[in-house]
Amino acid sequence: MKHIIDDEMIEYVGILAKLELSDTEKEQAKQDIEQMLDYIDRLGELDTEDVEPLSHVLEMNNVFREDVVVPDDIKEKMLDNAPAQKDGMFMVPKTLEQIS
Amino acid sequence: MELLGWTAVELGARIKAGEIRVTEAAEAVLNRIEEKEALYHCYLTVDRERVMAQAEQLQGRLDKGELTGSLAGVPIAVKDNICTEGIRTTCGSRMLENFVPMYSAGAVSCLEKAGMLLIGKTNLDEFAMGSTTETSAYGVTRNPWDISRVPGGSSGGSAAAVAAQECFAALGSDTGGSVRQPASFCGVVGMKPTYGRVSRYGLVAYGSSLDQIGPITRDVTDCAALLETIAVHDSKDSTSVKREDGSFLSALKEGVEGIRIGIPGDYLAEGLDAEVKAAILKAAQVFKEQGAFLEEFDLGLTEYAIPAYYTIASAEASSNLERFDGIKYGYRTKEYKGLHQMYKKSRSEGFGTEVKQRIMLGSFVLSAGYYDAYYLKALKVKALIKKTFHQAFQKYDVILGPTAPSTAPLLGESLSNPMKMYLGDIYTVAANLAGLPAISLPCGLDTKGLPIGLQLTGDSFQEKKLLQTAYIYEKARGVFPLPKERK
Repeated sequence: MKHIIDDEMIEYVGILAKLELSDTEKEQAKQDIEQMLDYIDRLGELDTEDVEPLSHVLEMNNVFREDVVVPDDIKEKMLDNAPAQKDGMFMVPKTLEQIS
Repeated sequence: MELLGWTAVELGARIKAGEIRVTEAAEAVLNRIEEKEALYHCYLTVDRERVMAQAEQLQGRLDKGELTGSLAGVPIAVKDNICTEGIRTTCGSRMLENFVPMYSAGAVSCLEKAGMLLIGKTNLDEFAMGSTTETSAYGVTRNPWDISRVPGGSSGGSAAAVAAQECFAALGSDTGGSVRQPASFCGVVGMKPTYGRVSRYGLVAYGSSLDQIGPITRDVTDCAALLETIAVHDSKDSTSVKREDGSFLSALKEGVEGIRIGIPGDYLAEGLDAEVKAAILKAAQVFKEQGAFLEEFDLGLTEYAIPAYYTIASAEASSNLERFDGIKYGYRTKEYKGLHQMYKKSRSEGFGTEVKQRIMLGSFVLSAGYYDAYYLKALKVKALIKKTFHQAFQKYDVILGPTAPSTAPLLGESLSNPMKMYLGDIYTVAANLAGLPAISLPCGLDTKGLPIGLQLTGDSFQEKKLLQTAYIYEKARGVFPLPKERK
């Protein structure tokens, strides 16, 4: 099957991916996804009707540990990595728009 | 300088014996880096002052008898997607240009505990996505065997640094072959351990269900010693496995007799370079002469490993890389209107092309309506692939084949044909999908003078058997040459 990724789809995937692509990048992404999907399609040749999907290779169940508080004074260092900080907090743009 | 020619274990022994001081070894490596970096560009960060101060301190601890491990004082390089406390960790991306981790990765803590000397952070494909180290935002690394060629990737900086004697050993990370393939292209040893063997805490995630940190070294003994150092259970990684069979150096002494080796016929089929094939078959012959049982068999599903791999890796990448939003760390765009545009612009400007493409593909295969057809299907194929290996290991101890279909390509050659680049991972991705340990070691040079890699794959947690088999081959092969010195 030949896949066609249209403009609408690329816009939608861009929203999911939180990416704002340039027009050239969008065209490239279209081609790239189409080519990869055509290629990935060959997985359809395999009968996986009775196969359980495998997300984890090791037979491991939930790994629990005691919830112990370990004091760690790294606040300053953490904030130093932030693009913007104020009064010991991460600074972010306004998240609510004003209702007019 | 003679010192630079020693293996990590040899250097470690001389440091322990007091014949060489850690500061001397550090000085020699730093000078070598200074001399060669303009040519190869293996490193993204080397802090001479910090390294020398650290070397001084390690020597002090050695003098007091506090450090007794086989690699104490040995200079090691670490791939720049593995967090190092207080040392910039960029992942080869603009996104993390100024990121300084406030903690070290579990594997790095192991190196520190063993008294190894961290010499610097090595170049890589951006966020480890690539097979050539060309997608790094900080320039390409050149192959020390031929500077017009790539070192492989994504751990290209680490592999090239080991080959160029700019360190004695290095850590890489392997999601689909990123330790083994560059090791193959640079004529050094590279190993991906069993999933869960080495802590992933502090390894910046690409495909979390596939990622594993592994050693890149000059020989198999160094590989065993380094694996022994980093294969430690870590409560901070819930997929890290507690095991008691971590003394790999001691496994190197036994013979190959009785070992059953299978060669997948599908690994020798179309697409494999003739010279690589000849070298692999010659290596197989060496095992036969050593008394191993050897036969060709049909592994199956080989052609499905790459499509399954790219589906799963891209999906996991799209999810893992969502954390880069320009808030707590990383790049933030300068001008924006509101929160959402800030997210989008920061990510679009901070990530490079290859990373964005994979995030797009990953977001697509995870989206409603396509999830079952692509992502879930790939996870089912992953289960089938794991089963084929499980069946193969009922009959064989080790699976032998090439690491890559060809030797190192020219710079620029791969990015112009991405599909061909993806196909280059055909022999390596299956070990990641099935979680198996695999090692690449040099087995010859082609007529262009480029190293060829032999890949041995073992069953889950059978690193000892794998290293032992590799060791026997290495002994029979003899010392592998280093790349020619160039000015």
